[in-house]
Amino acid sequence: MSFSARQLGFAYGLHEATFEFPRSGLITIAGPNGAGKSTLLGILAGLRSPYRGSCTFAGREVRQWPKREFARKAAFLPQSVRLEFPFTAEEVVLMGRTPYARGWFQTDEDRSAAEEAMTTTDTLAFRGRDFRTLSGGEAQRVILASALTQRPEVLLLDEPATHLDLRHQLSLYRLLGELSKSLLVVAVTHDLNLALQFSSRIMVLEDGRIAGDGAPHEVLNPELISRVFGVQATLHGGLHGTWMSYEA
Amino acid sequence: MKRSVLLSAAVLAAVVIGAPLAGSSHIELGRAFAGVSPDHEIFFYARLPRVILALLGGAALSVTGVLFQCMLRDPLAEPYTLGVSSGASVGAVIAICLGWRATGLASLAGAALVLLMVLGMAVEGRRLSSFTLLLTGVTMNSMAFAVILFLHNLASFSQSFAISRWLMGGLEAVEYSTLASLAGVVIGVTTLVIKYAPQWNLLAVGDDWAASRGVSTVRLTAMGYIVGSVLTGLVTSLTGPIGFVGLIVPHALRLKLGADHRALLPCAFLLGGAFLVVCDTLSRTVIAPTEIPVGVLTALCGGPFFLWLLKSRRRSLWL
Repeated sequence: MSFSARQLGFAYGLHEATFEFPRSGLITIAGPNGAGKSTLLGILAGLRSPYRGSCTFAGREVRQWPKREFARKAAFLPQSVRLEFPFTAEEVVLMGRTPYARGWFQTDEDRSAAEEAMTTTDTLAFRGRDFRTLSGGEAQRVILASALTQRPEVLLLDEPATHLDLRHQLSLYRLLGELSKSLLVVAVTHDLNLALQFSSRIMVLEDGRIAGDGAPHEVLNPELISRVFGVQATLHGGLHGTWMSYEA
Repeated sequence: MKRSVLLSAAVLAAVVIGAPLAGSSHIELGRAFAGVSPDHEIFFYARLPRVILALLGGAALSVTGVLFQCMLRDPLAEPYTLGVSSGASVGAVIAICLGWRATGLASLAGAALVLLMVLGMAVEGRRLSSFTLLLTGVTMNSMAFAVILFLHNLASFSQSFAISRWLMGGLEAVEYSTLASLAGVVIGVTTLVIKYAPQWNLLAVGDDWAASRGVSTVRLTAMGYIVGSVLTGLVTSLTGPIGFVGLIVPHALRLKLGADHRALLPCAFLLGGAFLVVCDTLSRTVIAPTEIPVGVLTALCGGPFFLWLLKSRRRSLWL
Protein backbone atom coordinates (compact mmCIF):
# COMPACT_ATOMS: atom_id res chain seq x y z
CA MET A 1 0.00 0.00 0.00
CA SER A 2 1.17 3.53 -0.69
CA PHE A 3 -1.35 6.20 0.32
CA SER A 4 -4.03 5.57 2.89
CA ALA A 5 -6.57 8.27 3.76
CA ARG A 6 -9.14 8.28 6.57
CA GLN A 7 -11.80 11.01 6.83
CA LEU A 8 -9.49 13.29 4.87
CA GLY A 9 -10.66 16.88 4.53
CA PHE A 10 -9.35 20.31 3.65
CA ALA A 11 -10.58 23.80 4.52
CA TYR A 12 -12.26 24.26 1.18
CA GLY A 13 -13.24 21.58 -1.24
CA LEU A 14 -12.60 18.19 0.35
CA HIS A 15 -14.65 16.28 2.91
CA GLU A 16 -14.26 12.91 4.62
CA ALA A 17 -12.41 11.13 1.86
CA THR A 18 -11.42 7.60 2.77
CA PHE A 19 -9.42 5.43 0.37
CA GLU A 20 -6.34 3.30 -0.04
CA PHE A 21 -3.99 3.35 -3.00
CA PRO A 22 -1.86 0.36 -4.10
CA ARG A 23 1.87 0.57 -4.86
CA SER A 24 1.42 0.50 -8.61
CA GLY A 25 -1.19 1.16 -11.24
CA LEU A 26 -2.68 4.18 -12.96
CA ILE A 27 -5.37 5.90 -10.94
CA THR A 28 -7.28 8.82 -12.47
CA ILE A 29 -9.16 11.42 -10.46
CA ALA A 30 -12.09 13.00 -12.29
CA GLY A 31 -14.89 15.39 -11.45
CA PRO A 32 -16.37 18.74 -12.42
CA ASN A 33 -14.51 22.00 -11.85
CA GLY A 34 -14.18 22.81 -8.16
CA ALA A 35 -14.87 19.23 -7.05
CA GLY A 36 -11.61 19.07 -5.09
CA LYS A 37 -9.40 17.13 -7.51
CA SER A 38 -6.39 19.45 -7.33
CA THR A 39 -6.83 19.88 -3.58
CA LEU A 40 -6.66 16.12 -3.10
CA LEU A 41 -3.62 15.86 -5.35
CA GLY A 42 -1.98 18.74 -3.46
CA ILE A 43 -2.48 16.96 -0.15
CA LEU A 44 -1.00 13.75 -1.55
CA ALA A 45 1.98 15.79 -2.80
CA GLY A 46 2.53 17.28 0.64
CA LEU A 47 1.76 20.79 -0.60
CA ARG A 48 -1.54 21.46 1.24
CA SER A 49 -0.59 21.06 4.82
CA PRO A 50 -3.24 21.71 7.48
CA TYR A 51 -5.60 18.95 6.35
CA ARG A 52 -8.19 17.23 8.56
CA GLY A 53 -8.31 13.52 9.22
CA SER A 54 -5.40 11.38 8.23
CA CYS A 55 -3.40 10.79 5.07
CA THR A 56 -0.44 8.47 5.35
CA PHE A 57 2.18 7.43 2.87
CA ALA A 58 3.98 4.15 3.65
CA GLY A 59 2.43 4.27 7.09
CA ARG A 60 3.63 7.76 7.97
CA GLU A 61 1.47 10.89 8.00
CA VAL A 62 2.24 12.95 4.86
CA ARG A 63 2.73 16.22 6.78
CA GLN A 64 5.25 14.53 9.04
CA TRP A 65 7.51 13.29 6.25
CA PRO A 66 10.71 15.33 6.00
CA LYS A 67 10.27 17.23 2.73
CA ARG A 68 13.49 16.07 1.14
CA GLU A 69 12.89 12.45 1.96
CA PHE A 70 9.29 12.64 0.74
CA ALA A 71 10.48 14.17 -2.54
CA ARG A 72 12.43 10.96 -3.18
CA LYS A 73 9.18 8.99 -2.86
CA ALA A 74 6.60 11.18 -4.55
CA ALA A 75 7.04 13.46 -7.56
CA PHE A 76 4.49 16.16 -8.35
CA LEU A 77 3.84 17.61 -11.82
CA PRO A 78 1.98 20.91 -11.91
CA GLN A 79 -0.63 21.52 -14.60
CA SER A 80 1.74 23.69 -16.57
CA VAL A 81 5.08 25.33 -16.01
CA ARG A 82 5.52 28.85 -17.31
CA LEU A 83 9.06 30.08 -17.06
CA GLU A 84 10.18 33.69 -17.03
CA PHE A 85 13.86 32.85 -17.29
CA PRO A 86 16.01 31.05 -19.89
CA PHE A 87 16.53 27.64 -18.28
CA THR A 88 17.40 24.88 -20.75
CA ALA A 89 15.33 21.70 -20.95
CA GLU A 90 18.17 19.77 -19.34
CA GLU A 91 18.45 22.24 -16.45
CA VAL A 92 14.74 21.82 -15.79
CA VAL A 93 15.15 18.04 -15.82
CA LEU A 94 18.14 18.19 -13.45
CA MET A 95 16.10 20.17 -10.91
CA GLY A 96 14.40 16.86 -10.15
CA ARG A 97 17.66 15.72 -8.56
CA THR A 98 17.40 18.34 -5.80
CA PRO A 99 16.18 15.86 -3.14
CA TYR A 100 19.40 13.88 -3.69
CA ALA A 101 21.79 16.84 -3.86
CA ARG A 102 24.63 16.86 -1.35
CA GLY A 103 26.31 20.04 -2.41
CA TRP A 104 26.41 22.71 -4.98
CA PHE A 105 27.46 20.69 -8.01
CA GLN A 106 25.69 17.95 -9.95
CA THR A 107 27.19 14.48 -9.69
CA ASP A 108 27.69 11.93 -12.46
CA GLU A 109 24.79 10.03 -10.96
CA ASP A 110 22.56 13.10 -11.37
CA ARG A 111 23.59 13.44 -14.98
CA SER A 112 23.02 9.78 -15.78
CA ALA A 113 19.61 9.86 -14.06
CA ALA A 114 18.70 12.87 -16.21
CA GLU A 115 19.92 11.17 -19.36
CA GLU A 116 17.92 8.04 -18.56
CA ALA A 117 14.75 10.03 -17.85
CA MET A 118 15.18 12.06 -21.03
CA THR A 119 15.60 8.86 -23.03
CA THR A 120 12.41 7.43 -21.51
CA THR A 121 10.43 10.57 -22.35
CA ASP A 122 12.12 11.07 -25.74
CA THR A 123 13.42 14.54 -24.90
CA LEU A 124 17.20 14.09 -25.36
CA ALA A 125 17.08 15.74 -28.80
CA PHE A 126 16.34 19.18 -27.39
CA ARG A 127 18.16 19.00 -24.07
CA GLY A 128 20.00 22.25 -24.75
CA ARG A 129 17.01 24.29 -25.89
CA ASP A 130 15.48 27.15 -23.93
CA PHE A 131 12.50 25.60 -22.14
CA ARG A 132 10.30 28.54 -23.18
CA THR A 133 10.72 27.74 -26.86
CA LEU A 134 9.40 24.17 -26.50
CA SER A 135 5.95 23.19 -27.74
CA GLY A 136 3.31 22.14 -25.22
CA GLY A 137 3.96 18.46 -25.85
CA GLU A 138 7.74 18.80 -25.58
CA ALA A 139 7.46 20.88 -22.39
CA GLN A 140 5.14 18.35 -20.76
CA ARG A 141 7.58 15.53 -21.53
CA VAL A 142 10.47 17.55 -20.09
CA ILE A 143 8.47 18.11 -16.90
CA LEU A 144 7.75 14.38 -16.75
CA ALA A 145 11.45 13.63 -17.23
CA SER A 146 12.25 15.98 -14.37
CA ALA A 147 9.83 14.09 -12.13
CA LEU A 148 11.34 10.75 -13.15
CA THR A 149 14.84 11.85 -12.09
CA GLN A 150 13.46 11.97 -8.55
CA ARG A 151 13.24 8.17 -8.91
CA PRO A 152 9.85 8.29 -7.21
CA GLU A 153 7.53 5.50 -6.12
CA VAL A 154 4.55 7.72 -6.92
CA LEU A 155 3.90 10.17 -9.75
CA LEU A 156 1.23 12.81 -9.06
CA LEU A 157 0.04 14.68 -12.16
CA ASP A 158 -2.40 17.58 -12.34
CA GLU A 159 -4.22 17.45 -15.70
CA PRO A 160 -1.12 16.37 -17.62
CA ALA A 161 -2.88 16.23 -21.01
CA THR A 162 -4.68 19.58 -20.94
CA HIS A 163 -2.35 21.42 -23.27
CA LEU A 164 -1.66 18.50 -25.60
CA ASP A 165 -3.10 17.59 -28.98
CA LEU A 166 -4.76 14.20 -29.48
CA ARG A 167 -1.65 12.37 -30.59
CA HIS A 168 0.39 13.66 -27.67
CA GLN A 169 -2.42 12.93 -25.21
CA LEU A 170 -2.40 9.32 -26.31
CA SER A 171 1.35 8.94 -26.28
CA LEU A 172 1.57 10.56 -22.83
CA TYR A 173 -1.04 8.21 -21.36
CA ARG A 174 0.57 5.24 -23.08
CA LEU A 175 3.85 6.22 -21.39
CA LEU A 176 2.10 6.69 -18.03
CA GLY A 177 0.54 3.25 -18.52
CA GLU A 178 4.00 1.76 -19.05
CA LEU A 179 5.38 3.52 -15.99
CA SER A 180 2.42 2.42 -13.87
CA LYS A 181 3.58 -1.17 -14.08
CA SER A 182 6.35 -0.42 -11.63
CA LEU A 183 5.08 2.68 -9.79
CA LEU A 184 1.86 4.35 -8.76
CA VAL A 185 0.63 7.04 -11.13
CA VAL A 186 -2.17 9.34 -9.95
CA ALA A 187 -3.47 11.73 -12.60
CA VAL A 188 -6.21 14.33 -12.41
CA THR A 189 -8.07 14.41 -15.71
CA HIS A 190 -11.15 15.85 -17.39
CA ASP A 191 -11.09 13.30 -20.17
CA LEU A 192 -13.22 10.34 -19.16
CA ASN A 193 -12.38 8.44 -22.34
CA LEU A 194 -8.67 8.59 -21.55
CA ALA A 195 -9.50 7.41 -18.05
CA LEU A 196 -11.57 4.54 -19.43
CA GLN A 197 -8.91 3.51 -21.84
CA PHE A 198 -5.82 3.73 -19.67
CA SER A 199 -6.53 3.77 -15.95
CA SER A 200 -6.84 0.74 -13.70
CA ARG A 201 -8.99 2.69 -11.29
CA ILE A 202 -10.92 5.93 -11.28
CA MET A 203 -12.00 8.12 -8.40
CA VAL A 204 -14.82 10.57 -9.19
CA LEU A 205 -15.21 13.57 -6.90
CA GLU A 206 -18.33 15.67 -6.50
CA ASP A 207 -18.41 18.75 -4.27
CA GLY A 208 -15.41 17.54 -2.33
CA ARG A 209 -16.78 14.06 -1.70
CA ILE A 210 -15.97 10.75 -3.34
CA ALA A 211 -18.89 9.94 -5.64
CA GLY A 212 -17.39 6.82 -7.13
CA ASP A 213 -14.20 4.80 -6.76
CA GLY A 214 -13.29 1.61 -8.59
CA ALA A 215 -12.71 0.08 -12.00
CA PRO A 216 -13.45 2.71 -14.68
CA HIS A 217 -16.03 0.69 -16.66
CA GLU A 218 -17.97 0.05 -13.44
CA VAL A 219 -17.75 3.54 -11.94
CA LEU A 220 -18.42 5.49 -15.14
CA ASN A 221 -22.04 4.51 -15.69
CA PRO A 222 -24.61 6.88 -17.25
CA GLU A 223 -26.42 7.50 -13.93
CA LEU A 224 -23.27 8.66 -12.12
CA ILE A 225 -22.14 10.80 -15.04
CA SER A 226 -25.55 12.42 -15.32
CA ARG A 227 -25.63 13.14 -11.58
CA VAL A 228 -22.05 14.39 -11.20
CA PHE A 229 -21.36 16.09 -14.52
CA GLY A 230 -24.90 17.02 -15.59
CA VAL A 231 -24.60 15.49 -19.06
CA GLN A 232 -26.20 12.44 -20.67
CA ALA A 233 -23.57 9.84 -21.46
CA THR A 234 -23.85 6.86 -23.74
CA LEU A 235 -21.39 4.00 -23.43
CA HIS A 236 -20.29 2.26 -26.60
CA GLY A 237 -18.58 -1.10 -26.71
CA GLY A 238 -16.36 -1.94 -29.61
CA LEU A 239 -13.36 -3.85 -30.79
CA HIS A 240 -11.05 -1.34 -29.16
CA GLY A 241 -12.68 -1.28 -25.75
CA THR A 242 -15.32 0.92 -24.20
CA TRP A 243 -15.76 4.59 -25.07
CA MET A 244 -18.37 7.16 -24.38
CA SER A 245 -20.17 10.07 -26.01
CA TYR A 246 -22.01 12.91 -24.27
CA GLU A 247 -25.03 15.12 -24.79
CA ALA A 248 -25.94 18.17 -22.76
CA MET B 1 30.30 28.20 -15.28
CA LYS B 2 33.72 28.31 -13.64
CA ARG B 3 35.08 30.10 -16.69
CA SER B 4 32.47 32.85 -16.59
CA VAL B 5 33.03 33.42 -12.87
CA LEU B 6 36.81 33.61 -13.34
CA LEU B 7 36.41 35.93 -16.32
CA SER B 8 34.08 38.19 -14.32
CA ALA B 9 36.57 38.28 -11.45
CA ALA B 10 39.34 39.27 -13.88
CA VAL B 11 37.20 42.06 -15.32
CA LEU B 12 36.41 43.36 -11.84
CA ALA B 13 40.08 43.24 -10.80
CA ALA B 14 41.13 45.19 -13.90
CA VAL B 15 38.42 47.79 -13.34
CA VAL B 16 39.22 48.23 -9.65
CA ILE B 17 42.92 48.75 -10.34
CA GLY B 18 42.34 51.00 -13.34
CA ALA B 19 39.54 53.20 -12.01
CA PRO B 20 41.42 55.03 -9.21
CA LEU B 21 44.15 56.01 -11.69
CA ALA B 22 41.69 57.75 -13.99
CA GLY B 23 40.69 61.30 -13.18
CA SER B 24 41.18 64.97 -13.85
CA SER B 25 44.58 65.06 -12.15
CA HIS B 26 47.12 62.53 -13.33
CA ILE B 27 48.58 60.26 -10.62
CA GLU B 28 50.98 57.32 -10.62
CA LEU B 29 50.43 54.08 -8.75
CA GLY B 30 54.05 53.88 -7.60
CA ARG B 31 54.06 57.37 -6.12
CA ALA B 32 50.72 56.75 -4.45
CA PHE B 33 52.01 53.65 -2.70
CA ALA B 34 55.29 55.35 -1.82
CA GLY B 35 53.31 57.99 0.07
CA VAL B 36 54.28 60.83 -2.24
CA SER B 37 51.94 63.82 -1.99
CA PRO B 38 49.50 64.55 -3.61
CA ASP B 39 49.29 61.20 -5.43
CA HIS B 40 48.96 59.34 -2.14
CA GLU B 41 46.06 61.47 -0.89
CA ILE B 42 44.22 61.49 -4.21
CA PHE B 43 44.56 57.74 -4.61
CA PHE B 44 43.81 56.59 -1.07
CA TYR B 45 41.45 59.27 0.24
CA ALA B 46 39.59 60.65 -2.80
CA ARG B 47 39.35 57.89 -5.35
CA LEU B 48 39.86 54.44 -3.82
CA PRO B 49 37.07 54.68 -1.18
CA ARG B 50 34.71 55.83 -3.88
CA VAL B 51 35.68 52.93 -6.15
CA ILE B 52 35.16 50.47 -3.31
CA LEU B 53 31.75 51.98 -2.51
CA ALA B 54 30.77 51.73 -6.18
CA LEU B 55 31.95 48.12 -6.27
CA LEU B 56 29.99 47.12 -3.17
CA GLY B 57 26.92 49.12 -4.19
CA GLY B 58 26.79 47.74 -7.73
CA ALA B 59 27.38 44.22 -6.46
CA ALA B 60 24.67 44.45 -3.80
CA LEU B 61 22.08 45.98 -6.15
CA SER B 62 22.72 43.39 -8.86
CA VAL B 63 22.56 40.42 -6.49
CA THR B 64 19.33 41.81 -5.01
CA GLY B 65 17.92 42.31 -8.50
CA VAL B 66 18.61 38.66 -9.36
CA LEU B 67 16.96 37.53 -6.13
CA PHE B 68 13.84 39.69 -6.40
CA GLN B 69 13.27 38.77 -10.05
CA CYS B 70 13.65 35.12 -9.11
CA MET B 71 11.32 35.18 -6.11
CA LEU B 72 8.65 37.38 -7.71
CA ARG B 73 9.10 35.59 -11.06
CA ASP B 74 8.77 39.02 -12.58
CA PRO B 75 11.36 40.25 -15.11
CA LEU B 76 10.56 43.84 -14.17
CA ALA B 77 11.32 43.40 -10.48
CA GLU B 78 14.35 45.26 -9.14
CA PRO B 79 15.83 46.17 -5.74
CA TYR B 80 13.51 49.17 -5.50
CA THR B 81 10.31 47.20 -6.14
CA LEU B 82 9.56 46.65 -2.46
CA GLY B 83 9.78 50.35 -1.65
CA VAL B 84 12.75 50.06 0.71
CA SER B 85 14.81 52.62 -1.15
CA SER B 86 11.87 55.05 -1.24
CA GLY B 87 11.81 54.76 2.54
CA ALA B 88 15.50 55.60 2.54
CA SER B 89 14.82 58.64 0.35
CA VAL B 90 12.05 59.91 2.62
CA GLY B 91 14.38 59.56 5.61
CA ALA B 92 17.10 61.50 3.85
CA VAL B 93 14.73 64.24 2.66
CA ILE B 94 13.31 64.69 6.17
CA ALA B 95 16.86 64.97 7.52
CA ILE B 96 17.71 67.59 4.91
CA CYS B 97 14.54 69.61 5.64
CA LEU B 98 15.15 69.54 9.39
CA GLY B 99 18.78 70.42 8.89
CA TRP B 100 20.13 67.20 10.43
CA ARG B 101 23.66 66.29 9.48
CA ALA B 102 23.14 62.53 9.69
CA THR B 103 21.38 62.09 6.35
CA GLY B 104 22.73 58.55 5.98
CA LEU B 105 21.45 57.46 9.37
CA ALA B 106 18.02 58.98 8.73
CA SER B 107 17.72 57.23 5.39
CA LEU B 108 18.75 53.95 7.00
CA ALA B 109 15.96 54.43 9.53
CA GLY B 110 13.49 55.21 6.72
CA ALA B 111 14.52 52.06 4.86
CA ALA B 112 14.15 49.91 7.98
CA LEU B 113 10.73 51.37 8.76
CA VAL B 114 9.40 50.68 5.27
CA LEU B 115 10.86 47.18 5.28
CA LEU B 116 9.07 46.37 8.54
CA MET B 117 5.80 47.79 7.22
CA VAL B 118 6.03 45.88 3.94
CA LEU B 119 6.89 42.60 5.67
CA GLY B 120 4.14 43.17 8.23
CA MET B 121 1.62 43.60 5.43
CA ALA B 122 2.73 40.52 3.51
CA VAL B 123 2.96 37.99 6.35
CA GLU B 124 0.18 35.41 6.02
CA GLY B 125 0.54 32.88 8.78
CA ARG B 126 4.12 31.70 8.46
CA ARG B 127 4.66 32.64 4.84
CA LEU B 128 5.16 35.80 2.83
CA SER B 129 2.78 36.50 -0.03
CA SER B 130 4.70 37.68 -3.08
CA PHE B 131 1.59 39.25 -4.53
CA THR B 132 0.95 41.37 -1.42
CA LEU B 133 4.65 42.26 -1.24
CA LEU B 134 4.57 43.54 -4.80
CA LEU B 135 1.44 45.62 -4.32
CA THR B 136 2.56 46.95 -0.94
CA GLY B 137 5.91 47.88 -2.48
CA VAL B 138 4.25 49.77 -5.32
CA THR B 139 2.01 51.60 -2.83
CA MET B 140 4.95 52.44 -0.57
CA ASN B 141 6.82 53.84 -3.56
CA SER B 142 3.95 56.15 -4.50
CA MET B 143 3.35 57.25 -0.91
CA ALA B 144 7.03 57.97 -0.42
CA PHE B 145 7.10 59.93 -3.66
CA ALA B 146 4.13 62.00 -2.46
CA VAL B 147 5.84 62.76 0.86
CA ILE B 148 9.02 63.76 -0.94
CA LEU B 149 7.11 66.08 -3.30
CA PHE B 150 5.34 67.66 -0.35
CA LEU B 151 8.55 68.25 1.62
CA HIS B 152 10.35 69.44 -1.49
CA ASN B 153 7.59 71.97 -1.98
CA LEU B 154 8.12 73.37 1.51
CA ALA B 155 11.90 73.34 1.33
CA SER B 156 14.11 76.40 1.01
CA PHE B 157 16.20 76.97 -2.11
CA SER B 158 19.35 75.39 -0.73
CA GLN B 159 17.45 72.51 0.84
CA SER B 160 15.70 71.96 -2.45
CA PHE B 161 19.06 71.69 -4.19
CA ALA B 162 20.31 69.20 -1.61
CA ILE B 163 17.14 67.12 -2.02
CA SER B 164 17.49 67.00 -5.81
CA ARG B 165 21.12 65.98 -5.52
CA TRP B 166 20.30 63.23 -3.08
CA LEU B 167 17.49 61.86 -5.23
CA MET B 168 19.78 61.71 -8.27
CA GLY B 169 22.01 59.30 -6.40
CA GLY B 170 25.74 59.63 -6.34
CA LEU B 171 28.91 58.22 -4.92
CA GLU B 172 31.17 60.11 -2.61
CA ALA B 173 34.29 59.08 -0.75
CA VAL B 174 33.31 57.67 2.64
CA GLU B 175 35.32 56.60 5.68
CA TYR B 176 37.19 53.30 5.43
CA SER B 177 35.47 52.14 8.63
CA THR B 178 32.05 52.57 6.96
CA LEU B 179 33.32 50.73 3.92
CA ALA B 180 34.60 47.88 6.06
CA SER B 181 31.21 47.40 7.72
CA LEU B 182 29.43 47.61 4.37
CA ALA B 183 31.87 45.13 2.84
CA GLY B 184 31.30 42.76 5.76
CA VAL B 185 27.54 42.80 5.27
CA VAL B 186 27.56 42.69 1.46
CA ILE B 187 30.11 39.88 1.20
CA GLY B 188 28.57 37.91 4.07
CA VAL B 189 25.05 38.15 2.70
CA THR B 190 26.13 37.38 -0.87
CA THR B 191 28.00 34.28 0.31
CA LEU B 192 24.88 33.10 2.11
CA VAL B 193 22.74 33.76 -0.96
CA ILE B 194 25.17 31.99 -3.31
CA LYS B 195 25.21 28.97 -1.01
CA TYR B 196 21.53 28.44 -1.84
CA ALA B 197 21.99 28.94 -5.61
CA PRO B 198 20.60 25.49 -6.58
CA GLN B 199 17.47 26.17 -4.52
CA TRP B 200 16.93 29.60 -6.12
CA ASN B 201 16.81 27.79 -9.47
CA LEU B 202 13.76 25.82 -8.36
CA LEU B 203 12.14 28.83 -6.74
CA ALA B 204 12.48 30.70 -10.06
CA VAL B 205 10.23 28.05 -11.61
CA GLY B 206 7.52 28.11 -8.94
CA ASP B 207 6.74 27.70 -5.25
CA ASP B 208 5.01 24.32 -5.60
CA TRP B 209 7.69 23.15 -7.98
CA ALA B 210 10.38 23.92 -5.39
CA ALA B 211 8.42 22.70 -2.36
CA SER B 212 7.57 19.36 -3.97
CA ARG B 213 11.26 18.80 -4.62
CA GLY B 214 12.26 19.25 -1.03
CA VAL B 215 13.12 22.98 -0.88
CA SER B 216 12.02 24.84 2.26
CA THR B 217 10.34 27.56 0.24
CA VAL B 218 8.86 29.52 3.15
CA ARG B 219 12.20 29.93 4.91
CA LEU B 220 14.15 30.59 1.74
CA THR B 221 11.71 33.22 0.46
CA ALA B 222 11.65 35.06 3.78
CA MET B 223 15.44 35.05 3.85
CA GLY B 224 15.65 36.33 0.28
CA TYR B 225 13.34 39.28 0.84
CA ILE B 226 14.98 40.27 4.11
CA VAL B 227 18.59 40.08 3.00
CA GLY B 228 17.78 41.75 -0.33
CA SER B 229 16.04 44.60 1.46
CA VAL B 230 18.85 44.98 3.99
CA LEU B 231 21.38 45.24 1.15
CA THR B 232 19.23 47.75 -0.74
CA GLY B 233 18.59 49.85 2.37
CA LEU B 234 22.26 49.95 3.35
CA VAL B 235 23.49 50.85 -0.11
CA THR B 236 20.77 53.45 -0.71
CA SER B 237 21.53 55.17 2.59
CA LEU B 238 25.13 55.67 1.39
CA THR B 239 24.60 56.45 -2.29
CA GLY B 240 21.00 57.54 -2.76
CA PRO B 241 18.88 55.71 -5.31
CA ILE B 242 20.93 54.55 -8.30
CA GLY B 243 18.60 53.15 -10.91
CA PHE B 244 19.03 50.59 -13.65
CA VAL B 245 21.89 48.53 -12.15
CA GLY B 246 19.66 46.10 -10.29
CA LEU B 247 17.30 45.71 -13.24
CA ILE B 248 19.61 45.49 -16.21
CA VAL B 249 22.72 43.67 -14.92
CA PRO B 250 20.72 40.52 -14.03
CA HIS B 251 19.03 40.44 -17.43
CA ALA B 252 22.22 41.13 -19.37
CA LEU B 253 23.88 38.25 -17.51
CA ARG B 254 20.95 35.89 -18.12
CA LEU B 255 21.16 36.60 -21.84
CA LYS B 256 24.83 35.59 -21.82
CA LEU B 257 24.95 32.91 -19.11
CA GLY B 258 21.44 31.47 -18.98
CA ALA B 259 19.32 31.29 -15.87
CA ASP B 260 21.40 29.00 -13.61
CA HIS B 261 21.84 30.91 -10.35
CA ARG B 262 25.09 29.11 -9.60
CA ALA B 263 26.71 31.15 -12.37
CA LEU B 264 24.32 34.09 -12.27
CA LEU B 265 24.76 35.13 -8.64
CA PRO B 266 28.58 35.20 -8.46
CA CYS B 267 28.75 36.97 -11.84
CA ALA B 268 26.08 39.48 -10.76
CA PHE B 269 28.21 40.28 -7.71
CA LEU B 270 31.42 40.68 -9.72
CA LEU B 271 30.14 42.35 -12.88
CA GLY B 272 27.46 44.42 -11.13
CA GLY B 273 30.29 45.85 -9.04
CA ALA B 274 32.48 46.40 -12.09
CA PHE B 275 29.62 48.07 -13.98
CA LEU B 276 28.99 50.67 -11.29
CA VAL B 277 32.71 51.36 -10.89
CA VAL B 278 32.97 52.05 -14.63
CA CYS B 279 29.88 54.29 -14.60
CA ASP B 280 31.14 56.23 -11.60
CA THR B 281 34.58 56.68 -13.12
CA LEU B 282 32.98 58.06 -16.27
CA SER B 283 30.71 60.28 -14.19
CA ARG B 284 33.66 62.07 -12.61
CA THR B 285 35.93 62.19 -15.69
CA VAL B 286 33.85 62.80 -18.82
CA ILE B 287 33.16 66.50 -18.28
CA ALA B 288 35.51 67.03 -15.31
CA PRO B 289 35.58 68.96 -13.08
CA THR B 290 31.77 68.81 -13.31
CA GLU B 291 30.30 65.48 -12.32
CA ILE B 292 27.45 63.76 -14.11
CA PRO B 293 25.02 62.08 -11.68
CA VAL B 294 25.89 58.40 -11.76
CA GLY B 295 22.24 57.38 -12.19
CA VAL B 296 22.22 59.23 -15.51
CA LEU B 297 25.26 57.27 -16.64
CA THR B 298 24.03 53.84 -15.51
CA ALA B 299 21.00 54.37 -17.73
CA LEU B 300 22.93 55.96 -20.61
CA CYS B 301 25.72 53.34 -20.65
CA GLY B 302 23.66 50.35 -19.68
CA GLY B 303 20.61 51.05 -21.82
CA PRO B 304 22.13 50.93 -25.31
CA PHE B 305 24.41 48.03 -24.34
CA PHE B 306 21.41 46.09 -23.12
CA LEU B 307 19.37 46.85 -26.23
CA TRP B 308 22.25 45.64 -28.36
CA LEU B 309 22.49 42.46 -26.31
CA LEU B 310 18.77 41.91 -26.64
CA LYS B 311 18.91 42.42 -30.39
CA SER B 312 21.90 40.17 -30.92
CA ARG B 313 20.45 37.34 -28.90
CA ARG B 314 17.40 36.15 -30.77
CA ARG B 315 17.03 32.78 -29.06
CA SER B 316 15.10 34.49 -26.34
CA LEU B 317 11.62 35.65 -27.33
CA TRP B 318 11.08 37.83 -24.33
CA LEU B 319 13.19 38.94 -21.39
